[in-house]
Amino acid sequence: MRTIVKYIFLDLLRNKVVLVYAVILALLSFSLLNLDNNTAKGLLGLLNITLLFVPLISILFATIYFFNSIEFIELLLAQPVKRDKVLLAEYTGLATSLSIAYLLGIGLPVLLMAPGMPALILLITGLLLTLIFSALALLVFVLFKDKTKAIGASLVVALFFTLLFDGFLLTFIYSFNDYPIDKAVLGFIAFNPVDLARVLMLLQLDVAVLMGYSGALFKKFLGSAFGSFYSVCCLLIWVGIPLILSVRLFRRKDL
Amino acid sequence: MFTWRNFFFLVLLHSVFTGYVAAKVIPVRPGNNVQALIDRAKAGDTLLISKGYYKQHSLVVKKKLTLIGRDYPVFDGLGKYEVLFIYADSVVVKGLQVQNIGKSSMNDLAGIKVSDHRDVVITGNRIINGTYGIYLQNSKFCVVKGNYIQSNATDELSSGNGIHAWKSTDLLILDNIISGHRDGIYFEFVSNSTIRNNRSFRNVRYGLHFMFSNNDRYEYNKFSENGAGVAVMYSKVVTMVGNIFIHNWGDASYGLLLKDISDSRISNNRFLKNTVGIYMEGTSRIEVNQNTFEENGWALRVQANSSGSNFHRNNFVGNSFDVATNGTLMLNYFSNNYWDKYDGYDLDKDGTGDVPYYPVSAYSVITEQVPVAMILYRSFLSGLIEMVEKILPTLIPDQMKDDRPLIKRINLHDRNTPVN
Repeated sequence: MRTIVKYIFLDLLRNKVVLVYAVILALLSFSLLNLDNNTAKGLLGLLNITLLFVPLISILFATIYFFNSIEFIELLLAQPVKRDKVLLAEYTGLATSLSIAYLLGIGLPVLLMAPGMPALILLITGLLLTLIFSALALLVFVLFKDKTKAIGASLVVALFFTLLFDGFLLTFIYSFNDYPIDKAVLGFIAFNPVDLARVLMLLQLDVAVLMGYSGALFKKFLGSAFGSFYSVCCLLIWVGIPLILSVRLFRRKDL
Repeated sequence: MFTWRNFFFLVLLHSVFTGYVAAKVIPVRPGNNVQALIDRAKAGDTLLISKGYYKQHSLVVKKKLTLIGRDYPVFDGLGKYEVLFIYADSVVVKGLQVQNIGKSSMNDLAGIKVSDHRDVVITGNRIINGTYGIYLQNSKFCVVKGNYIQSNATDELSSGNGIHAWKSTDLLILDNIISGHRDGIYFEFVSNSTIRNNRSFRNVRYGLHFMFSNNDRYEYNKFSENGAGVAVMYSKVVTMVGNIFIHNWGDASYGLLLKDISDSRISNNRFLKNTVGIYMEGTSRIEVNQNTFEENGWALRVQANSSGSNFHRNNFVGNSFDVATNGTLMLNYFSNNYWDKYDGYDLDKDGTGDVPYYPVSAYSVITEQVPVAMILYRSFLSGLIEMVEKILPTLIPDQMKDDRPLIKRINLHDRNTPVN
């Protein structure tokens, strides 16, 4: 398995897209952090980028990459290697390179220019989002046979988590406003890794007070050490479930 | 007519005459029975208290005396008692250190208490670890100047106020440094008084608290890191000028909380990094001009039951939300303010924008109606709602607007004052 990961990783290093991704992230971070003396504002800007672009780019690039390497996968499967191992190796290689790109692009500037707890949380959430959306891409890859359909599906998935889910949540909040829904809403955001990541990060910054002001429960629960732990656990589950599902489906998949 | 200059002159004259013409100077040393010396002294005498530790408390002054401490002689309340009780006109207390004042649920125990008298001057004292620091009740024309009042209160119930004034008139509270009390300065039924150039910080509740106090003025004070900022309630004709409200940042914090206030003026103040810059509830006819609101969560929260206020020539810079309100009715007027979020144009180059600015953002309306929606704060969706709302306004109260928003930030002199 290690050899496969190594080859995929080297292949991705030769692939310019990951490099360009890292460079663009780095440029954005440097400009955002330089724009204002207020590092909290810079971090907020980077959070927006992380929440919007990291899921989209991770899932799209991963889907396309998996489909492009389908011949390679087929070739590997002709060898005496377990299907699970091949698939997980594909995922590991891709997720590692995307994570390294994120770490170099955002992590390096942030740690240089705004070191501290919020920066660390930003990196952790960004990394987890990369892992989650690569895993979702893997699931999409396993589920679909046709590349175009798969790309469409991954776009829908990214859009769903960045926008549609929040729309539904807002509708829900509006409709059931008369009921004590705070706890339910807390439960719901566990179903969206992007929301989890956003709240986890916001509570590290000064603007957390704004959340405390109107949604005391959120700050009380998610702002505590246990809350952070809970969010990170949820995010890890979000990595795990798509991976397990795709491995299971891939075992029986007719290639 | 009374003016402070005349008053100081009188105080000076008075001390010159009493000090050198008629009165004696009585030296006090550690070990002396201070109460006995006070009782023996004649009206107009001066007690010169030398440096040292005086384990004496509940001292009562019933005649016109001048108490001067040299190098801060220490009077200790031992955590059980009051220290100095002034029950006479024209007493001067200067340069004492009063510490460890008792706590009581029945009485308000204070470091220095003045009751039912006038022209008392309390200046340059240190009051450390007290419940109530300086307590004025039913007194007039008193001066509290240059005192350092520090405590370490942790909750509202067991603590007192730094400077507490009740049912008094014509007080002058100047240059004091107050921290760690329930309220830094507390005014209840106090009128015609001035609070100037004080610093009040890290108090459990309010830096300054006005209740039922009319015709007062507070200016050039700095209020920072107080539990809930500054509150002015149920009062009329209060003038608030040149103060700095900084970093009152917490779930229930305000820079300035106004409740049932009328005919007042708020100008040349600076509101920096407060959860809410000014919160207004049930206010009428307040002039808010030439203030700077910078990096607050909400610069203003104006409840719909406030009316007749004018917001004129203020700077709004870097606030998360500029204005929030809880209704669609808006009886307050905004004009010629500078809003950093304004993105209109000025074709006729007269310095004011040609399209109105709506300071209430769509998302602040949503969270006002549905607080739970705050969970979506700063999500892509909330940004989208803001954008759509700018093009097709449906949520935001359309009466709430600044018809002539300024294009450039107003150069208020406060920009150069250091904030530290």
